[in-house]
Amino acid sequence: MKIVALSGSNVGSKTRTAMNYTVKALEEKYPEVNVDLIDLAEYEMQFSDGRNYLDYDGDTGYVTKALMEADAIIIGTPIFQASIPATLKNIFDLLPQNAFRDKVVSMLVTAGSSKHYLIAEQQLKPILAYMKAQMVQTYVFIEETDYYMKEITNEDVFFRIERLVEDTVVLTETYQRIREEKEAQYDF
Amino acid sequence: MEKYRINPDKGLEFGIYTLGDHLPNPITGERISAKERVHEIIEYAKLADQAGLDFFSVGESHQDYFATQAHSVVLSAIAQATENIKIASSSTIISTSDPVRVYEDFSTIDLISGGRTEIVAGRASRIGLFELLGYNVRDYEALFEEKFDLLRKINEEDVVNWSGEFRAPLRNAEVIPRPQSGSLPIWRAVGGSPGSAMKAGYAGVPMFMAHLGGPVSIFKRTIDAYREAAERGGFNPAELPVATAGFFYAAETSQQALKDMYPHINEGMKKTNGQGFPKQHFAQGIDPQNVMNIGSPQEIIEKILYQHEQFGHQRYIAQIDFGGVPFERLQKNIELIATEILPAIRKYTAKK
Repeated sequence: MKIVALSGSNVGSKTRTAMNYTVKALEEKYPEVNVDLIDLAEYEMQFSDGRNYLDYDGDTGYVTKALMEADAIIIGTPIFQASIPATLKNIFDLLPQNAFRDKVVSMLVTAGSSKHYLIAEQQLKPILAYMKAQMVQTYVFIEETDYYMKEITNEDVFFRIERLVEDTVVLTETYQRIREEKEAQYDF
Repeated sequence: MEKYRINPDKGLEFGIYTLGDHLPNPITGERISAKERVHEIIEYAKLADQAGLDFFSVGESHQDYFATQAHSVVLSAIAQATENIKIASSSTIISTSDPVRVYEDFSTIDLISGGRTEIVAGRASRIGLFELLGYNVRDYEALFEEKFDLLRKINEEDVVNWSGEFRAPLRNAEVIPRPQSGSLPIWRAVGGSPGSAMKAGYAGVPMFMAHLGGPVSIFKRTIDAYREAAERGGFNPAELPVATAGFFYAAETSQQALKDMYPHINEGMKKTNGQGFPKQHFAQGIDPQNVMNIGSPQEIIEKILYQHEQFGHQRYIAQIDFGGVPFERLQKNIELIATEILPAIRKYTAKK
């Protein structure tokens, strides 16, 4: 199983910090899973110009291909201006319309205010649904007050991250099994 | 329809198209050489000609896993190797080519073939060739519209005066040689969306529509939109031919056809487009109301007749070779078309 943990912003540290915990939890609990952390702050991404993702090269080509080859994607995103960051939206624009078909996608959201809790629900989930993702319904929401000096200090966040990791792996395995059973019935 | 060398009284025309893909056979993992693939395409055209099919076309694609970048050169060889079959590009990417050179090439092929050549002009589904050939993909729409218009003008006028944004102006230019009958049928390639079909309609040009799969009713809407736009543009839709192109595979049973073809389409799509073809969607391809012509010869006859009844189109073009399908299976399919499918289609669609 291939999982990409995508840290969706090129500004700030909170999402990346939370993604580091997530990847660590994944590696500890599921050593057999192949996990790749992609932090958009470390890549030079082109803006989407409508071409097929295979036609991009450099960082843009690397990131899009890694996402397309993944069985599951854990998206980490901050909330900027009451919405997802442009860097993350650009990733969606770079990928084909049905990019997440047969993939599991789960989410981790960091925000400065608890009032941003439903933004993932209203802005991120519709995009993922449109792109045919199998979504892990519960996402992890982390607030500014859960951090101190680039460390997460709220114990509950660790529990929630562990559950997210577990749900992502379990749903991916389950969905793959269901799909294989269904496809075996076609007899071709 | 005479201008386009089509006589609807003779019934629905039947053709073959190849994108010129050069993909490994997914079962054996082996890929023939580019030389073998190009020769295979020429042989394929000869078989189609000998079997009495109406049309054969070759695509232009500048990317990995394709072998007919110089599709006009391949068509030239086909022109020499065949006798009766109409030949065309499907499609020529006019956006990144010089219409003068394209016209020179294709009218020469027309002379070689004895007046059997047509041009299908398209916009490119992948855009790697823009960089390769020195164009900016931002001009995607404008390049196509300007160059397509120029191509048509060259076809219609012996002396051309023209100026535009993407090419040096033409002053009293005579583009020679002229085709055998003075002009060539020029089609606009449409990917299946109504917006693009409507542009073809407003311009009053024949439409070559490619589709992967899905219900006939959806594609009927596109064709209706094309004809309505043509009417609004001041053209008579009855004089404008429509061609549809898509996946085709005949075997003894529909189950066998799915089995034979699916790995080729799925793996081929993965390599050329980055995403496979969902099994669920492919399984629906054998439904009588699905536009894919996959099944037993009798099922395919019924499907094509149903599509003809719905679309009222003049030409159907089968794509059988996508994804490294072994040549003997192409041979077998041509044989089934010639002996079982085509006679029935002609019988039921010819007016006399």
